[in-house]
Amino acid sequence: MPSTPAAAPKATGTTSPRRGNIRGRQGLAGWLFIAPVVVILGLFLVVPVLMAAWVSMSDWTGRGSPFSGNVSFVGAENYAGILGGEGLIGRDFGTAIRNNLYYVLLVVPLQTALSLFLAVMVNRQILRGRGVFRTAFYFPSVTSSVAITVLWLFLFSATGVVNKVLSFFAIEGPNWFQDPRGVLYILLGLVGLDQAPDALQTPGFLGITGWDWLAGPSVAMSAFILMAVFTTSGTFMLLFIAALQNISGEVQEAAMMDGTTGWQRFWNVTLPMLRPTLFTVLTLGLIGTWQVFDQIYTGTQGGPAKTTLTPAYLSFNAAFVDQQWGVGAAIAFVLFAIIVVLTLLQRWALQERDVPRRRRMVPAGVSAGSSAAGATGTAARKNEERGSSR
Amino acid sequence: MSTSTAPAPEQTRRRRPQSEGRRRAVRRAWLTYLLLIALAIIYIFPFLVQVATSFKTEPEAAQNPLGIIPQNWTVAAYIGLFANSDFPQWGMNSFIVTLFVTLGRVFFNSLAGYALARIPFRGRGLVFALLVAVMAVPGVVLLIPKFLVINQLGIYDSYAGMILPLLADAAGVFIMKNFFESIPASVEEQARIDGAGTFRTFWSVVLPMARPAVMTIVILSFQGSWNELNHFIISTQSPDLTTLTKGVAQLASGALSQGTQYPLKLAAAALMTVPVAIVFFIFQKRIMNASAGAVKE
Repeated sequence: MPSTPAAAPKATGTTSPRRGNIRGRQGLAGWLFIAPVVVILGLFLVVPVLMAAWVSMSDWTGRGSPFSGNVSFVGAENYAGILGGEGLIGRDFGTAIRNNLYYVLLVVPLQTALSLFLAVMVNRQILRGRGVFRTAFYFPSVTSSVAITVLWLFLFSATGVVNKVLSFFAIEGPNWFQDPRGVLYILLGLVGLDQAPDALQTPGFLGITGWDWLAGPSVAMSAFILMAVFTTSGTFMLLFIAALQNISGEVQEAAMMDGTTGWQRFWNVTLPMLRPTLFTVLTLGLIGTWQVFDQIYTGTQGGPAKTTLTPAYLSFNAAFVDQQWGVGAAIAFVLFAIIVVLTLLQRWALQERDVPRRRRMVPAGVSAGSSAAGATGTAARKNEERGSSR
Repeated sequence: MSTSTAPAPEQTRRRRPQSEGRRRAVRRAWLTYLLLIALAIIYIFPFLVQVATSFKTEPEAAQNPLGIIPQNWTVAAYIGLFANSDFPQWGMNSFIVTLFVTLGRVFFNSLAGYALARIPFRGRGLVFALLVAVMAVPGVVLLIPKFLVINQLGIYDSYAGMILPLLADAAGVFIMKNFFESIPASVEEQARIDGAGTFRTFWSVVLPMARPAVMTIVILSFQGSWNELNHFIISTQSPDLTTLTKGVAQLASGALSQGTQYPLKLAAAALMTVPVAIVFFIFQKRIMNASAGAVKE
């Protein structure tokens, strides 16, 4: 953007008599340059969304054009069908939301924590062979989701690598991708609680019983959760490394002079400075984890017992397999709404906490996240004080 | 503590904690190494198992999944892939799509990026805002909508339907725009004074200077279109147009299999990883910087 004001006066200044002409020619060139991208994005992004909005309120069955005469407007019927929690599609949607919710709740914190941990470890100045470690952790991120899923199906098969390793510790692993039991069920079963209390037996929100809401991710879904953490931590690690390298060593040194422990430095100096990156990683994680599709298509097709069904896969399945295009499109829009609302909610939540914390920290004189110079300054001053007191 | 204290005791007192601290630092460095090595093994071991298993017989794959060296080497899985399946055809399709998508993206992204960075024109702010908005739309919710348009345009089940929608990528436009903004404007002025038109200036003066950014686009587009799955699911149905991702996904869900066929499936997965792995190892440094700067996708 900084070039804009510089370029504009030059163009007009040098050729002032023919200003209008040049301006017009430049305008034309600008539009010609940007036209291909605008046309393609418009044609395959904006127009499709409008068409899908119509289909989501119609009873189109996939035959002929969705705009032909024998397709009729059904209003919010498709949306009501999904959100009402009744009938097969309502219960399937509820199940898919439940499955994906556990996926998000586990994957987002785990991948964020792990990638931050890896970044901090790999970024150590004394460490040799940093490049090798970085490559190792990043490599899973470049492979396709299909190839990784195929590999995962083998690793977590009944006779696979994971169960073999578990058997060394005398643990008999489950048949991961065939096991629909919820993880919390299994834990509750261990303490003898294997019957749902009556209160949790009746269908509740989105047609799913309270007991099912509480079941936790199934064993099969847990394997997918581990896979997501495995494949995304490398990408996010790179984001954190880039941010860590922007924190000057001086701040760390200054904090070190103050006699802080490594742990204190991490919590009070490093982490506040990583706040913007942390925010990016959480947002990207949240957006990405609500879109689970490739793994399910390749691996389980929603099974066992629908415990790996996700809204994205359900939407695809409703349209392309069951030919209920209106329902499929409606699910896609609801999913879109969920992602937008949650992203805004998260942005709001993180900002709210941000303000009081800064206010609290600045008067205290300890390195207040945002200004590196300030932190160095206070630390240096403290050092001087200590020196003079000697 | 008064200022008159002799410096000697002060120094000794300082030195002792330092050496102890040093020892502790060394110990901690070792712990760090051990931990990192253990983690690196966890990250890399699955891929070693993948390659090893693809050379095993099916019973051995089930009996001894951990072994990195097969007891009875066999290339049966690879022969099966090339002789008895459409794997070569899938590879060919993936290659064609990747090639055209990459070329197209480099050209269109840099044109658009240049216009946004350098050419003042009416509506530029609007286009920029639209691009940002478009980037925010999650890809998976576009599956049905994209199919509707592709179908309506009559390019369903054709290379055009596979390639055209992938050509626009807002993230790439931003990468190019940022790079063009970093090139000093005086370079172009010189060309303008010499009488070159806008396209000429862009094509023969500015674009050659943008090689690093172009390479970034090439790498990201290559990875993106080679690994793309869901767009091909909704834009094609004939076996002749199946790409590697779609073909292997169907293979995995049991389209042609009897039994588990793990060696065959893992061989397919390993082979489809080879091109991205090669690109990754050649351009490692640039990929890691690009991903850090402009989030993968």
